[in-house]
Amino acid sequence: MTETLAAGRQTETDAVPAIRLRKLTKEFGDTVAVNNVDLDIRQGEFFSMLGPSGSGKTTVLRLIAGFELPTSGSIELEGKDVTGMAPFERDLNTVFQDYALFPHMSLIDNVAYGLRVRGVPKKERQERAREALERVQLGKFVGRRPAQLSGGQRQRVALARALVVQPKVLLLDEPLGALDLKLRQQMQVELKELQRSLGITFIFVTHDQEEALTMSDRIGVFNNGSLEQIGTAHEIYERPAGAFVANFVGTSNIFDAAHAQKLYGRAEQVCVRPERLRLSWTDAAPEPRAGVTSRPGTVTSLVYVGHATQVRVQLDDGPAVVVLTPELLTGGDADLLDRRVTVSWDDAAAVWLPSGGS
Amino acid sequence: MTLQTRHPAPGPAPAAAAVPRPKARRFSALLHRSPNLRLAGLVTAPAGWLVLVYIAALAALLVTAFWTVDTFTGKVSTEWTTENVVTVLTDPVYQRITLRTLWIAIAVTLIDLVLALPMAFFIAKVASPRWQKLLVVAVLMPLWASYLVKAYAWRNVLADGGLLEWLGTPVGLESPGYGETAVILTLAYIWLPFMILPIYAGFERVPDSLLEASGDLGAKPLATMRLVMFPLLVPSIIAGTIFTFSLSLGDYITAQIVGGTTQMLGTVVYANVGAANNLPFAAAVSLVPIVIIMLYLFIVRRSGALNSL
Repeated sequence: MTETLAAGRQTETDAVPAIRLRKLTKEFGDTVAVNNVDLDIRQGEFFSMLGPSGSGKTTVLRLIAGFELPTSGSIELEGKDVTGMAPFERDLNTVFQDYALFPHMSLIDNVAYGLRVRGVPKKERQERAREALERVQLGKFVGRRPAQLSGGQRQRVALARALVVQPKVLLLDEPLGALDLKLRQQMQVELKELQRSLGITFIFVTHDQEEALTMSDRIGVFNNGSLEQIGTAHEIYERPAGAFVANFVGTSNIFDAAHAQKLYGRAEQVCVRPERLRLSWTDAAPEPRAGVTSRPGTVTSLVYVGHATQVRVQLDDGPAVVVLTPELLTGGDADLLDRRVTVSWDDAAAVWLPSGGS
Repeated sequence: MTLQTRHPAPGPAPAAAAVPRPKARRFSALLHRSPNLRLAGLVTAPAGWLVLVYIAALAALLVTAFWTVDTFTGKVSTEWTTENVVTVLTDPVYQRITLRTLWIAIAVTLIDLVLALPMAFFIAKVASPRWQKLLVVAVLMPLWASYLVKAYAWRNVLADGGLLEWLGTPVGLESPGYGETAVILTLAYIWLPFMILPIYAGFERVPDSLLEASGDLGAKPLATMRLVMFPLLVPSIIAGTIFTFSLSLGDYITAQIVGGTTQMLGTVVYANVGAANNLPFAAAVSLVPIVIIMLYLFIVRRSGALNSL
């Protein structure tokens, strides 16, 4: 059985973090968008803020960028307090969800903008902007206007524009949200490689759990303005700290306290991932083995998802569970539905969810 | 992806709840098939109106300017002459009136621009949505009142012992009295909404994220104004200036009510149509503002200010 640390607690390191949030709170009128968030983001880390819409992740990003000022709490950038500073005083840059490219400027002027307002001479800034555009494979479009580009190309321009001024931290606000699936997956790889080669800290806001899992060094899961859990993709997925994380990141089969009491003699929520469940197409009780739990049930639905099939099984003495099985199921749906089956899993795959989570 | 569950299969819909099938409509179908017919139906009436009323009237004006008036009968004679136009262009009196009118129109436009920019910015970007609606209504409200009433209201404000004097005396200011300054003040008041509204719409069209991106990239607020806000606003500002400039250029009522002896091109036209009964000369005078506006539009077009739209 696996135990998980409660959310919010984390190991403090000696190194100065790239971003340090302390008791950060933001209220809009009566609503608390961000509630007492403590977070350290390490230097050179790819950190994702994951959560459903309205969970406060974008507000945290906007607070870090300086577009909003916190109601209370502090923000440090590399050990320096920037809480009350204007965006142009902060040494970090943002890639906006709508890219926010200046429509009246050519690509090269867009990318050179940050250098221009910093007083870099025209010739030098044009040269550096051109290089930056070439790095994102847009070297031949320097004279174009943003309106003449596709979504993916605009995204690259926004990236080049933010990176050309060499920020300490790059903030990305759901930058892949408007792209189609193929392009999004390609950009995920490119972003990750870019971050690794530049070595600067990326803070990436997304509501897409798969995106967060594949790209991030660490993930912070937001819910209702609070951080539910901070950890690596592995920790978040394998050892969710509560029912919210277990359900939001991937799908989970959650046994409530009463069922857990029957299964393991402990009255606390426990969850098992669908791909950790095994299915045998018979309800004959298998040989009891140490460290393996099995329960009989009835198949109620089948969803073919390509690489596997999601089988929904109503356990005789428990909740309905979803089993993700890679085996090729022969026979029509009519044959498989209502079949008696046995669902089994290793006890090591079951994760206790600390109570307090919803 | 297929989904199989044990649910009752959807059977045929109950007959009672049948939805009426669409009827065949031959005319609509014809319109749907032929875009040219559709276009013709749409623009014939407005285009006809434009040609007949607008362009024809302008052409008549142009032609009339080259006619003359029989001094005995007072009737318009259709003899061709450039005398009227030459007089308007060369007589120092009319040159002075033209320059004065131009100056008044430019001053009104500049005053309105200076007032409208911060007001429009506040309405579009600072005020809460509730206040935004109230302020737009407040800007539009003066347009509900008659032009004449507003001009006469200003006559009272500017009068001896009027509001302006009463307010100004304690700080040592006097009312400008009736004259050129009064005309500029009154016109600036009357045309202000025509400047605020397009600029407000222009501010509305600039997404907040552009301003945030500018600040994010290191630009201070003034640089953001100059490099991002202003270039995007130029078309709106030009739209506003076309309104205030051309409306001021052609005005004659305000000049009569608060202008004292101030003559503008409009008052000259008015006097020639009415008292002097010289329609051809009035037409020649009224060509001046038309030419000035056309020049302005030409310059705006040439400067490329509207290309970034």
